[in-house]
Amino acid sequence: MGALLLPLAKIGWDAFRGDLGANPIEAVQNRLGFWTLTILALSLVPTPARDVLGVSWPQRLRRVIGVTAFAYALLHFLFYVGVDKFFDGRTIAQDLTKRPFLMVGFAALLCLAPLAITSTDGWVMRLGYRRWKLLHRLAYLAAALAVVHFAWRVKADPTRPLLFAAVFAILLASRVPGWIRAARR
Amino acid sequence: MARWKPDLREADATPEALYLRRREFLKLGAAGAIGAAVGALPLPALAGADDPTGEVLQVARKVDMAGGEKPNPWKSVTTYNNFYEFGTDKADPAQRAGTLRPRPWTVAVDGEVRKPLVLGIEEILKMAPLEERIYRFRCVEAWSMVVPWVGFPLAELVKRVEPTSRAKYVVFQTLLDPEQMPGQRSRVLEWPYTEALRMDEAVNPLTLVAVGLYGRVLPNQNGAPLRVVIPWKYGFKGAKSIARMRFLEQQPRTTWAIMAPSEYGFYGNVNPAVDHPRWSQAKERRLGEFFRRDTLPFNGYGAEVAGLYAGLDPRKLY
Repeated sequence: MGALLLPLAKIGWDAFRGDLGANPIEAVQNRLGFWTLTILALSLVPTPARDVLGVSWPQRLRRVIGVTAFAYALLHFLFYVGVDKFFDGRTIAQDLTKRPFLMVGFAALLCLAPLAITSTDGWVMRLGYRRWKLLHRLAYLAAALAVVHFAWRVKADPTRPLLFAAVFAILLASRVPGWIRAARR
Repeated sequence: MARWKPDLREADATPEALYLRRREFLKLGAAGAIGAAVGALPLPALAGADDPTGEVLQVARKVDMAGGEKPNPWKSVTTYNNFYEFGTDKADPAQRAGTLRPRPWTVAVDGEVRKPLVLGIEEILKMAPLEERIYRFRCVEAWSMVVPWVGFPLAELVKRVEPTSRAKYVVFQTLLDPEQMPGQRSRVLEWPYTEALRMDEAVNPLTLVAVGLYGRVLPNQNGAPLRVVIPWKYGFKGAKSIARMRFLEQQPRTTWAIMAPSEYGFYGNVNPAVDHPRWSQAKERRLGEFFRRDTLPFNGYGAEVAGLYAGLDPRKLY
C-alpha cells in the first residue's frame, strides 16, 4: 500500500527540486487537498467493487486507504496551521469561525477523525459491526463537506470540484444494489 | 549478449550549484518533515536559464517605487499568472499564451472623447518615453510580488483623445478572440474581460500603461502587448491585452464585480481592513518569502492616492 504515499513523496521530491512553482506553499496545500479527496474516493471503492463487480480483494485494503485519506486530510490541515498561517492563532480562529469555506473543510476533518480512531479491530468489536458500519457512513458526509470546501475555494471555475462531486455520487449510487440485496435477505 | 546501457545522462546529475548548497538544504530540513518541503523555498532561484527573454525596450529612466525591495525573479513573474483567457490555473498562461498574437495590434479609444483614435501598438510604444517602474503588486488572493514594469503613465494616452466633460470613467476591454484566447470558449467569466477606473484614478501619475517587464517586451502571459497597472489596487483591476478603451459618463459593470458582487467591488483598492469573504486581507504572502507580511492600506501608496477616496468609508468593501 506504499503506493498511497507516492503523492506525498512526489510533493517532497518536487519541493527538493524546486519544482513547486512561484508559490510553493500554496502548491503543497492544494496538492494535499487534492490527494485527500482522491484517496477518500478510493476508500469508497472496495465495497461497491465487491457488490457490483464481484471483485472482493480490495476489501482487504479498505481500512488502510481510509486511514491514509485521513492522514492526508490531517497533513493538509497541519500544513495550513503550521506553514501557511505559521501558527497565527488569531487568524486561524477567525478563519474557523467566520469563513464557511474553511469551516466546512474543518468539519470534514472532524468527520474523518472518529473513523480513523475506530479503524482498529478492537473498535469494531467494541461498537459491534452494525453500529461501527453506521458510524463509518460519516465518510460520505466528510466527502460531501470536502467537495463543498473545494468548490468554495475556487474563484470561478468549478470543473474540478464538480468532477469530485460526480465521482462521489457514482460511488454512492453503486452501493444501492448492495443495499437492495441486503434488504431482501 | 545484451550490453549494459547507462540510462542516466549527464543532465540527470544534480547540478553542481544545487549540490554545493546541499548543506543549506539539510539545515533547513532539520526543521522537520514539513520544514523540509518549505526549506526548498529558496531553491527555485537556482534553476538555470531563467533570465529575462524577449525584445529589449529602450528605457529612459528607472523609478523604484517599491521601497528598494528586490523584484521577484523573471521566472516567478512570468509563470504565476491569473489570466483566465488561457486557463484558470496560474501555471496555464505561461504554457498556453503562445496562441496570442501581440503584433500587429490596435487599440480603439473612443466614447466621451473629442478625438477618438485607433492606435497601433507601434504608435503606443512611441507615445511617451518608456520608464521602468518597480511597483508592489498585490493580488486579491493574498499573495504579492515586486515587479519591474516598463511603460508610461496612462495620463499621456488620455491626453491624446481629449476626454469631454462627460467622461467620468474609462473602461478597459481585453481582446475578445477565442482563437487566440482559448479560455474564452469556457464561460468561467463574462468575456471580454472588462475593468474600469474613475477618471481621476486613470490620470493619477502612478497608473501605468505597461508594455514591458524587466526591460523586455511584455510576455504574452503577462498581458501583451499592453495592460494597465494600478499599484494601489488588487491585481484584477489591471486589465491585460487591451483592445479597447472607452470613456463613459456612468460607472460601468466590471467582470469580477459581475461574477461575485459580494466579493469584488468596483474600486478594488488594497485594504487590509476589509476581508474577502473567504480569506483575510490583513496579511499577504510575498512570493519567495515564508512568513506572511502585513498588507498596507493602498498597498503602501496611500500618500499618493488616499486623497482620491476622501469621501468613501474605508471599512466598506470597495
